[in-house]
Amino acid sequence: MFAEIEQYFRTERLPHIWCPGCTNGIIVKSIVEAIQKAGLDQDKTVIVSGIGCSSRATGYLNFNTLHTTHGRALAFATGVKLANPELNVFVITGDGDCTSIGGNHFIHSARRNMDLNVILFNNNIYGMTGGQYSPMSPSGAKATTAPYGNIERPFDICNLAIASGATYVARGNSFNTRQLTDIIYNGIANKGFSFVEAIASCPVYYGRKNKLGNAADMLKWQRDNCITKEAADRLPPEKKQGKIVTGILHHEPAPEYTTEYQKIIDKFQGGEES
Amino acid sequence: MNVTSINARLMQGNQACAEGAIYAGARFYAGYPITPSTEIAEVLAERLPQVGGKFIQMEDEIASMAAIVGASLTGAKSMTATSGPGFSLKQENLGYAVLSEVPCVVVNVQRLGPSTGGPTAPSQGDIMQARWGTHGDHPIIAVSPSSVQECFELTVKAFNLSERFRIPVLMMLDEVIGHMRERIVIPAPGELDIFERKTPEVAPSQYVPYEPQDDSLVPPMANFGEGYRYHVTGLLHDDTGFPSNSPAVMGAHQDRLHEKIRRGLNEIIMVEEAETEDADVLLVAFGCMARSAARAVKEARAKGQKVGMLRLITIWPFPEEALRQLAEKVKAIIVPEMNLGQVVDVVKSAVEGKVPVYGICQADGEIIPPERILEKIEEVL
Amino acid sequence: MSAVAETTQQTPIAINLSWCKACGICYALCPVKVLGPDELGKVTVIQANKCTHCKICENHCPDYAISVVGGKKS
Ligand SMILES: Cc1ncc(C[n+]2csc(CCOP(=O)(O)OP(=O)(O)O)c2C)c(N)n1
Ligand code: SF4
Ligand code: SF4
Ligand code: SF4
Repeated sequence: MFAEIEQYFRTERLPHIWCPGCTNGIIVKSIVEAIQKAGLDQDKTVIVSGIGCSSRATGYLNFNTLHTTHGRALAFATGVKLANPELNVFVITGDGDCTSIGGNHFIHSARRNMDLNVILFNNNIYGMTGGQYSPMSPSGAKATTAPYGNIERPFDICNLAIASGATYVARGNSFNTRQLTDIIYNGIANKGFSFVEAIASCPVYYGRKNKLGNAADMLKWQRDNCITKEAADRLPPEKKQGKIVTGILHHEPAPEYTTEYQKIIDKFQGGEES
Repeated sequence: MNVTSINARLMQGNQACAEGAIYAGARFYAGYPITPSTEIAEVLAERLPQVGGKFIQMEDEIASMAAIVGASLTGAKSMTATSGPGFSLKQENLGYAVLSEVPCVVVNVQRLGPSTGGPTAPSQGDIMQARWGTHGDHPIIAVSPSSVQECFELTVKAFNLSERFRIPVLMMLDEVIGHMRERIVIPAPGELDIFERKTPEVAPSQYVPYEPQDDSLVPPMANFGEGYRYHVTGLLHDDTGFPSNSPAVMGAHQDRLHEKIRRGLNEIIMVEEAETEDADVLLVAFGCMARSAARAVKEARAKGQKVGMLRLITIWPFPEEALRQLAEKVKAIIVPEMNLGQVVDVVKSAVEGKVPVYGICQADGEIIPPERILEKIEEVL
Repeated sequence: MSAVAETTQQTPIAINLSWCKACGICYALCPVKVLGPDELGKVTVIQANKCTHCKICENHCPDYAISVVGGKKS
């Protein structure tokens, strides 16, 4: 029931601007359900986004919201969290926003392990600017700037997050909403940099350019091509070929940045201020 | 030992700037190392945790600028410091701070450019970048100190102006001032005014984040986490903070951003006059060049030449009024500056041909010595 | 203030037509064809009595336009 989560939305601003069948709305709902399940105080929760279709989400969410510049959401979020570690800080970002222009901020944020919850809406394309390829467009995919097929290779962004030091890394999709909510929820519980890749569909640009059918077809594709990590672990390699593995891929807690910083401040108790 | 002697210290300009920030109540710094500004970061890395503040070295200057805006939104007085190449990278989110009206202080210890240029060579070459570095029409406040004592005090004022007008304030140092050592007297707590950001007086349900509450046109600002859930964006927006592409809304937003600064000019514009009463020749100078110019005034006066100086402490918005009044009285204006003619053109346009204006412009990493200014005085008298 | 409009029909499915963007996801995914398109492609209830309250439609509507009333809590 939408009524159960309505308090987390700026309902007067709905319906949102996303195209018919864009799954951004589904992912946003999972984020909100995870926040509700975790019982986070709305007044103490900040949601930061970059620029792109997905980053428009902040305008609809009834929290302290910060819609920043292209690729920089993590850097703004770092300032918010470090200045006031009491705040729960979420980052909503697109595949172009996070992995292209924001790639450097991404790896460094993962390395620092500040307690941020990052949800990457991966629709494999630049939606807002009209369908150019992104660093997460598959090889061979068509885009307005890859009219003959993409000759670049995409990032496996979860592996990049792990290699960069993220302490919690998970992948979900917009079909399996229960799983998506759960992995975001588990990320909230991790005190450190938590990263969730949420597979999204952009039927208007990515879908059309690549003849993937309508919005429902694209969702069914997610259903049929993703397997959970648990299932994948039991399958022989040949059966995993071409499948996208979802679920919690990595969880290895490490000292959290703002906690470590507070220890330095605590050494000076009795200074001007504490 | 009395209080004054305890508080009198030998200090470098960059260090004074960092200490001024602490005095002003700055509790957040994010930066990326670059010569000749690095000492500011080094001092604050040590000092901030001592006073309960936060320091972070970010991955680059774009991120540093973003981080201070994020921090400021939680209520922390925030600052970053950089030099030339880093100042270029700050421009993107500097524009964001102007549009979304988030207070912060950005220090640029100018070095010779363009590009990597001369990392240790002093310059005043970023004056126009300070004005127009980020895209679009926008107001900005930029100030420039001429001594170590002023590095301290002007940093305090920069924070005050920033919090008062909800705009980034640029502290335009130069390599000479940043690295010079002078004796300074640290003001006692309470001695200098500190302005605290105006927060909303209404309940969260009544809060309209960008609605001005008085003639200043500067809306009160709620801190994230205190119950006022509102939206901050870099898109042009209406008083509610939500974006709009209506020409009326976008135009009104732009107009208010400029008008709030215009209405505050009395508080923002700071200049200092020396020996201008009977002057025939007026030197207009700022930053380290004001020191050379002051020397030139003294030596010219010793020779019986009637020379005075207008020192620009505020550079943007440009102190046009003060200049125009002096232009009525003098016969010539000379602008010595360590760039190839950035301020001299602004001076020319401000005096509208009333008096001849001459530039002494040089961009080679050397300070223009008083002798060159004296030669020019001889020439124009 | 509830954003979910009352449905005119007596069904367990509350639809907010003003939010529906006619994407077709809900009626393509409904396992028992309770839902279908109206002439504009927006959702309409065809056979309410077959609804199993599985909430597949609600969970996948990107526009929060469907609420399945009653049934198991998801
Ligand atoms: C500095 C800068 N460069 C380029 C743009 C134009 N731009 C806006 S959104 C976008 C890409 C968005 O793609 P993605 O992050 O994948 O988000 P999506 O729209 O697909 O959700 C680009 C290139 C910009 N706003 N700012
Ligand atoms: S362009 Fe694509 S990503 Fe953007 S709103 Fe439309 S469907 Fe969604
Ligand atoms: S899924 Fe939602 S928006 Fe799409 S047709 Fe159904 S009700 Fe309408
Ligand atoms: S709840 Fe299930 S059965 Fe009922 S309309 Fe929705 S999808 Fe169909």
